[in-house]
Amino acid sequence: MPSARSSMLDRAPREAKDQSAEATRPVAFRGAGFIPGGSRHAGWIALALVIAVWQLAGSAGWVNPLFLPAPSAIAVAIYKLAMSGALWQHLSWSIMRIGTGWLIGTAAGVVVGFAIGLSTMARGVGITFISALFPIPKIALLPLLILWLGIGEEPKIATIALGVFFSTAISVYSGVDAVPRNLIWMAQSFNVPFHAIVRRVIWPGALPSILAGFRITASVALLLVVSAEMIGAQYGIGAFVLQAGNLMQTDQLLAGVVILSLFGLAVGKLINLLETRLLHWR
Amino acid sequence: MDLIADHISHRFGALDVLDDVSFTVRAGEIVAIVGPSGCGKSTLLSILGGLLRPAAGAAELRGAAAADSLNPLTFVFQDFALLPWNTVEENVAFPLLHTGLSAGERRAVIDDALRRTGLSDFRAAYPKQLSGGMRQRVGIARALAVRPAILLMDEPLSALDSQTRELLMEDFVRLLADGSMGAVYVTHNLEEAVRLADRVVVLSRRPGRIREIVTIPMTRAERGTTDARGPMAALQGELWSLIRKEAIDAEREVQHA
Repeated sequence: MPSARSSMLDRAPREAKDQSAEATRPVAFRGAGFIPGGSRHAGWIALALVIAVWQLAGSAGWVNPLFLPAPSAIAVAIYKLAMSGALWQHLSWSIMRIGTGWLIGTAAGVVVGFAIGLSTMARGVGITFISALFPIPKIALLPLLILWLGIGEEPKIATIALGVFFSTAISVYSGVDAVPRNLIWMAQSFNVPFHAIVRRVIWPGALPSILAGFRITASVALLLVVSAEMIGAQYGIGAFVLQAGNLMQTDQLLAGVVILSLFGLAVGKLINLLETRLLHWR
Repeated sequence: MDLIADHISHRFGALDVLDDVSFTVRAGEIVAIVGPSGCGKSTLLSILGGLLRPAAGAAELRGAAAADSLNPLTFVFQDFALLPWNTVEENVAFPLLHTGLSAGERRAVIDDALRRTGLSDFRAAYPKQLSGGMRQRVGIARALAVRPAILLMDEPLSALDSQTRELLMEDFVRLLADGSMGAVYVTHNLEEAVRLADRVVVLSRRPGRIREIVTIPMTRAERGTTDARGPMAALQGELWSLIRKEAIDAEREVQHA
């Protein structure tokens, strides 16, 4: 025997479409757009198309190879550079300068950023200095740094370190400021010591902002190393690009540009990897 | 251990928030604090828990907490305050890391807190993987782990949907039933206050002053029975009549601000 409840449901009239004489029309869909979807292959296909058109333009003689060498010519130039060892020589100098400058600038920026984020006195002094000095294009300081530090590697590394330092310090203290106050109160309410709050609450809380800063400082370091090497270096990708330009070797010039682009991409991938590993909780 | 609010007043800049608030939470007692929006309930709780220094008066303790209490005054936060980069187990372990407990003792305490809150199967989960109710359970487990003498609960259910609120309220009733822990329970929900508290402190609108301290004339056990529904509803009505006009005035004041 069906229960009273199911019986009631059975007896309820089902609503059919009203068959009145007046015509119906569908409700217009208005919810489309504003949700850009990511296509895994579209970007690569577009890039391949551009390279194909570029190659065609070079092979067909539509453009002068002196002004725009074909992609195949650039690939050959990269191959020859790699085989001769010149690529690794230039690349290793650039990586050494970027690595050293970035590490020094980042270390100093993290320390100063945390000090500004955690100390009233450091904030008062630090923000004033950073606001005044951050907008200066750091490459403009290279001649002064050469005067102070000599003509060796030091001024180039110092220029990169300076550029990295300011962006890092800003991203670190912004990250510290963004740590939810309630998490700090929670830790204080359990009498967790200051150093443990910094290590277990503030550092991981600020990490997303710090890693976002790394992405910016990697680009800043790349920009500054090329600029510094163009101004005063025998080896390095920047110096190589400048020499190639002076000698009208545009295939080599563009080979240098491609290498810089690949280097930037590799650094971006590395930071993506760091984010995936360290920010998996997001 | 008793917790005493001794003539507490507070102001934020030119804004008077609390004015001469005094009452005592006796050992094992649950005191609810209710009042219109902006009357300083959460500020008062922060002062009682030592997170905020009052402009005048003091929060004081009388008597000793149980010898095994690791943090006599322990908060349960409205927004859970969980570390999102830590698992459930790590969140519960967080306040124990600097208490001098051995790893084995910590493990036992954590297991016990997770078991009491029904979280044993979720110890490896991250907060983002949990519902609001489960997150608050982690907050409660973390609080229980330090064996508090008095729980300071700042609207612990207000961020939750009504069904989850009901379930967690049952948990609170169960966890506080043996009288080993006292609690200060800040809420704007009079039903929660009447259901859980032994006494209800009614604050006036800002600056919050004590308008009334109402004793609930039923034991906590009695309140779970069907017969208690009528008297509890009547009590809620009485409490509402105490704050209704001021709640309306406070709401208008907020809208004009």
